[in-house]
Amino acid sequence: MKKELTRRQYMDLYYYMRLNRAVEDMMVKLFRQNKIVGGLYSSLGQEAISVGTAYALEKKDWLAPMIRNIGALLVKGVRPRDIFMQHMAKYDSPTKGKDGTSHFGDLDDLHIVSPISMLGDLIPVMTGVAMAGRYLGQKTVAMTWIGDGGSSTGVFHEGLNFAATQKAPFVLILENNLWAYSTPVRKQVPLENLADRAKAYGIDSYIVDGNDIVAVYSTAKEAVERARAGEGPILIEAKSFRRMGHAQHDPAEYVPKEMRAYWEARDPVALYERFLLGEKLLDAKNKEEIEDKIDTLLAAEREFAEHSPMPPPEFAETGVYCTGDDCHKIRAKWERPIAEVTPPRASVKGVWTVPGFGSGKGSGGANAPIHFGDTQPAEHAAGDDAKSANGGKPAAKMATKATSKKNVKPGTPSASKKARR
Amino acid sequence: MPKPNGAGPNGSVSNGGQVTFLEAIKQAMFEEMERDPAVILMGEDVGVYGGAFKTSEGLLERFGWERVIDTPISESAIIGAACGMSYCGLRPICEMQFIDFIVCAFNQITNFVAKGHYLWNAPAPMVIRGPSGGGVHGGPFHSANPEMYFVHTPGLKVIYPSTPYDAKGLLKAAVRDNNPVLFFEHKFLYRRIKGEVPTEDYTVPIGKAVVRREGKHLTIISYAAMMHTSLEAAEALAEEGIEAEVIDLRTLLPLDEETILNSVKKTNKCLVVHEDTRTGGIAGEIAAILFEKAFDDLDGPLVRVTSLDTPVPYAPTLEEHFLPNAKKVFSAAKELARY
Ligand SMILES: Cc1ncc(C[n+]2csc(CCOP(=O)(O)OP(=O)(O)O)c2C)c(N)n1
Ligand SMILES: [Mg+2]
Repeated sequence: MKKELTRRQYMDLYYYMRLNRAVEDMMVKLFRQNKIVGGLYSSLGQEAISVGTAYALEKKDWLAPMIRNIGALLVKGVRPRDIFMQHMAKYDSPTKGKDGTSHFGDLDDLHIVSPISMLGDLIPVMTGVAMAGRYLGQKTVAMTWIGDGGSSTGVFHEGLNFAATQKAPFVLILENNLWAYSTPVRKQVPLENLADRAKAYGIDSYIVDGNDIVAVYSTAKEAVERARAGEGPILIEAKSFRRMGHAQHDPAEYVPKEMRAYWEARDPVALYERFLLGEKLLDAKNKEEIEDKIDTLLAAEREFAEHSPMPPPEFAETGVYCTGDDCHKIRAKWERPIAEVTPPRASVKGVWTVPGFGSGKGSGGANAPIHFGDTQPAEHAAGDDAKSANGGKPAAKMATKATSKKNVKPGTPSASKKARR
Repeated sequence: MPKPNGAGPNGSVSNGGQVTFLEAIKQAMFEEMERDPAVILMGEDVGVYGGAFKTSEGLLERFGWERVIDTPISESAIIGAACGMSYCGLRPICEMQFIDFIVCAFNQITNFVAKGHYLWNAPAPMVIRGPSGGGVHGGPFHSANPEMYFVHTPGLKVIYPSTPYDAKGLLKAAVRDNNPVLFFEHKFLYRRIKGEVPTEDYTVPIGKAVVRREGKHLTIISYAAMMHTSLEAAEALAEEGIEAEVIDLRTLLPLDEETILNSVKKTNKCLVVHEDTRTGGIAGEIAAILFEKAFDDLDGPLVRVTSLDTPVPYAPTLEEHFLPNAKKVFSAAKELARY
């Protein structure tokens, strides 16, 4: 760990790591009291990744958490009560009981996109968020996370490849915690460094010690600013270890004891605390103050969460569709002149230019040959029997399908419709 | 023939007129992009080439690289990115080069796009459109009618029009809708039919069927290319004194139960014609609605004329056997009329 941040930044990082851990500790208690509705996942030992990366974002930037990124949500401004209530399926939770865990978002204020369970799906979605931010002139960056296991999905490839071709301002954090449920990383990916995946997309990558929060933050900050500056997407592999089982139900006996011990000795919170004490950025007194602050906060947040009701049953029937302006007023927040993306200024010569070879031609006009499936020109096919289809009145009668009247002899393709490939 | 609108960098706009189904779709995109800079188009070969069917020809020239985006061959990335854009206030239109490839993005559509509003109050105003349907010897992977996978997904809207007027008006409505809308374009119709479309701006409401032909002896319910097949059969039936009422569903989700029920309560008999395969097709859903809500009005069985429960075969002889046609509709209707 290097000393290069402001005191405020050092203390923020410490606070959020401690808060992250305390929130999850409290949820373990709630789980044991049967107050959590479904499963409970843990980011124990990975807090430095969630906190350090999210702390590199500005308020206007976007993030989408995965299930172990509670710390990122806290940094972005989510209240602990919302995380508790999500897990408890309460009516006051962000999804009002319709989904659990970190599956919630906030489009208007915090700029958080909700994840879904399907691993990797956020990568193209956040690519689109990044592209939209650029298109609207907002100079925002989009960030999401993926596991070592999740990096084997097809959407990981499709999403990152698309982001790369678009040079989208997008930062992807690959949390390599060495396990995907019960499967070790070497059975997921035949690479020593998962950051090498970036080479396939022609994008830059970093490898960082995921248990060193200062290193995580500094790396993420550099990546975020490079992405913001238009250098395209960046992949960061943060190396760490999943200290608990996949979720509460899993004792993870498949993990060698020695391996667990090795990583327990490298606990990110303890490491950082030692660093801060050594640098005299923290002393016993502020440490206690921070602990008291967190305890008081979480006691109140838990109290609120426990008193929130379950959603009324009929609520299940509501909200499948947006009903219009009364439901959501959707509007793009332009931060660049609209004239730049509307004709005449937006208009271009639609040709590909190949360096060293000049340009090809634009698309060929209305009578250009089109893909197989329709080789009949309109005039010929529909000329006289096509009538008005106006106003929901009886439709234009179309040229008869060759099948409907003619007797087609086996093996004789109908003459009017030649397939062209 | 006048140049279709949108062609050329300084594209003089000449909307409306007698246009093909395909031109109607192009006009809808052109006009919506002209009207609202939040509308963008993404897909494979949609820009410089103008789309495999030339549906987006001229749009790049007019609206530029940022708004007409040639993507890699990555259906999940196209749909996923469009979803992300829609969260930021844009209204992306995604083209699937052939609608068959939409299932490559099945997970993104059914899990991400469709569930967002219900789960976390996140509307996703986006359109997914592309050429669908058979009868053109496209073979098993270029002829699909995948509408029912999506009709089974709460949160989506599914449109499958049959006329240029509706195609344009419904596509414009889809772009303006705050929900994800799937818009299927039967490629057999692209250049085979023409119709008048108004010069002035208009939309056709999503979720409303239309009576294409009035009749009293039985109701034929259909949509897309089979709409025309059904009308043709209805003409032949009329010559035998059977007056069929023909309903064009236009939207499959949400389904317009009222128009269906009103007609069947009048004719007391119902025949459903779809090009989609038989099992799990919309006819089954319509049958259930009639049994629940019009049981006492039915004077005969619900009859289905559909494609076979097989993949779409390639050889013309096989495909023609696979598909419904006017003759099959005619015979089934005659049979039903006897009840
Ligand atoms: C596409 C998909 N397949 C399977 C699952 C079930 N599943 C949930 S988490 C998980 C393991 C994930 O491992 P990794 O990506 O390394 O993340 P970690 O749990 O280590 O944080 C699996 C298989 C899923 N959520 N999504
Ligand atoms: Mg893992």
